[in-house]
Amino acid sequence: MSNSLLFRQATLPGGEQADVLVRDGLIAEIGSVSSDASRVIDAAGLHILPGLVDLHTHLREPGFEASETILTGSQAAAAGGFTTVFPMANTSPVADNASVVELELSRGREAGYVQVQPIGAVTAGLAGTALADLKGMADSRARVRVFSDDGKCVHDPLVMRRALEYVSAFDGVIAQHAQEPRLTEHAQMNEGELASRLGLAGWPAIAEETIIARDVLIAESVGAALHICHLSTAGSVDVVRWAKQRGIRVTAEVTPHHLLLTEDLAESYDARFKVNPPLRTSEDVLAVRRGLADGTIDIVATDHAPHPSESKECEWDVAAFGMVGLESALSIVLLTMVETGELTWADVERVMSRTPAQIGRLDWQGLSVGAPARLTLVDSGARQVFGTEHLAGRSTNSPYLGRELPGRIMYTAFDGYLTVDDGSVVPADTVAGHALDHAMSRGEARG
Amino acid sequence: MIPHLLSTRDLSREVAISLLDTAEDMAVLGHRDNKKLPALRGKTIVNLFYEDSTRTRISFEVAQKRLSADVINFSAKGSSVSKGESFKDTILTLRELGVDGVVIRHPSSGAPQLLAERDWIDVPVVNAGDGTHEHPTQALLDAFTLRKNIHGADARGRGLDGAHVVIVGDILHSRVARSNVWLLEHLGARVTVVAPVTLIPAGASSWPITISHDLDSALSQPVDAVMMLRVQSERMRDAYFPNAHEYSQGWGLTEERFAALSPQTLVMHPGPINRGLEICSTAADSAQSVILQQVANGVFVRMSVLYSILTGTSEVPHE
Repeated sequence: MSNSLLFRQATLPGGEQADVLVRDGLIAEIGSVSSDASRVIDAAGLHILPGLVDLHTHLREPGFEASETILTGSQAAAAGGFTTVFPMANTSPVADNASVVELELSRGREAGYVQVQPIGAVTAGLAGTALADLKGMADSRARVRVFSDDGKCVHDPLVMRRALEYVSAFDGVIAQHAQEPRLTEHAQMNEGELASRLGLAGWPAIAEETIIARDVLIAESVGAALHICHLSTAGSVDVVRWAKQRGIRVTAEVTPHHLLLTEDLAESYDARFKVNPPLRTSEDVLAVRRGLADGTIDIVATDHAPHPSESKECEWDVAAFGMVGLESALSIVLLTMVETGELTWADVERVMSRTPAQIGRLDWQGLSVGAPARLTLVDSGARQVFGTEHLAGRSTNSPYLGRELPGRIMYTAFDGYLTVDDGSVVPADTVAGHALDHAMSRGEARG
Repeated sequence: MIPHLLSTRDLSREVAISLLDTAEDMAVLGHRDNKKLPALRGKTIVNLFYEDSTRTRISFEVAQKRLSADVINFSAKGSSVSKGESFKDTILTLRELGVDGVVIRHPSSGAPQLLAERDWIDVPVVNAGDGTHEHPTQALLDAFTLRKNIHGADARGRGLDGAHVVIVGDILHSRVARSNVWLLEHLGARVTVVAPVTLIPAGASSWPITISHDLDSALSQPVDAVMMLRVQSERMRDAYFPNAHEYSQGWGLTEERFAALSPQTLVMHPGPINRGLEICSTAADSAQSVILQQVANGVFVRMSVLYSILTGTSEVPHE
């Protein structure tokens, strides 16, 4: 009784309405719940999903705390309905050893908003030459299974082959940032007429597609698991589709921004629209939407990339690559995929919760009795002009400011306690207190 | 009149012709003993140069002084920029110093547009060359030179309808080429660009140009002007073409090509020229070369641009 939460009349991903009772951190009942609860929330008209899982997040800590910290990034994640994030390894120091990934894990647990499940670097210092402490990270308390040099491509085919082979021993996966470095020297935006007109060095689609083609063949030859980060071109979708038809163990993600935005936005020279890989053409946008709808692309991942204002309020070629995306991700998926009829809510559950967890080698139980109560409740009918007040992280480099977006996260629950309550992020000390109580109740040692 | 001059692409034919006509007025003044006009007296213009360019900066400075403006030269070297100050902070500083106009040269494409469109400063902005984007006053002075040579004293009010201009060289990295393509299109000229495939920008097939990779064939048609672009040796390192000799043989205005050229065809070059690489000395120093006229006309065109934008009128008072 003391520790229970009842969502009345929520709409399940399959479309049915049900009450969902949460007790002691777990889902206790789904259906018509007659028992009482310490808090009852009227969820009529709200969609309930298992907590969203982001396989591609930059939390910037350690090293770049002016942009984001594990706490502020966790708050941004909660605001967007996420209960698990996989932070990328390009921190300072780089997450290429057990100490750094365990530090991230501990800070994530202390913050208590989401499960922070670290990604380890593939190569030491992201330098692309020597392998990082892959097994050390896998065997650490962080139990790392996803490895990525994201931000940089593992461009040396020998290193890529060895990494794929090496991590297969402990069911690891290499998440490749597919960017051929020589084809993208000084590159600023999608190669094409617009880049030529604007005088910005072009970033050809083949720089992404040739690496994906190479890596699916390497993965096939060694029988290892490959994940493609932020696929952005029509040609990449074709290559991955071919690889899957051939039975190659490849999975792929697309970002929300590549589902919506096109290169035209660069015409303003507003560096909020500068991102790696770059925004592409409308044909590419349609191709990645089709790829996500037909299952060629497995998941949506945010590539949430916070940067301080001075890194964006400047000349385009001086500006940093990247945009924040945790808070807006579900809205963009609703806008581009659900409102267009390409995905159902059950598909959203699959591409934003179940499959990213599975690619990340996490145990995923979804909305089932006895599962950890990680839940997201969405008001899908809400529409709001997206503004900085909708951002909960430390940085405001969102490409959507000023746009009207559908959907609003009303409640997020993590292991039974609310991290977002009635549309607002629950304060840090409250959440940290719940996290501590939850850990003690499960007898977990604190890291 | 336009509030800024950022590119030639967004100019209308009418505004372009008006700027060229005002430059004609400035040229008349330039031939008087007293070359100065009090038009911009009391106005302070900063020449904000983030990139070395003695030629363009001096041309703007002469134009500003002939219009009686107060001139501040801000060079990125030796300023706070070398201490790591951001572009935005520099602009906010200039705003507080109270300048009335900014002429900007910047290695980053789009920097002049940011200056004009952000709320950092609210004064007219003239693009003096940004990255590989545009160099609109260069294109205007090229058009002025062409118009003067084709139409003579009868140039006022006219475009370049029917003229054929061949632009040769590193189109990919050239802001001069881009500005010329758009302006020549507005003025009714036909443009052929000639370069190795590697130096043609992606998607340029949708531009209002004919693309050729064969200079001899392009020059075998009637051509009013051939404009040679500067080629930088670093392009060889990036595998755009094999070596200087092959470039010169394929795409240079060599002795042989110049000898075959009609004496009516004007030879142009935005400077500084690489003698022996993209152009031979015989061509550069010939009677049909207008390379030095381009330099002189640059002052009149820049006077016209500054006058038109800062006073908001194209009418030049006659004393």
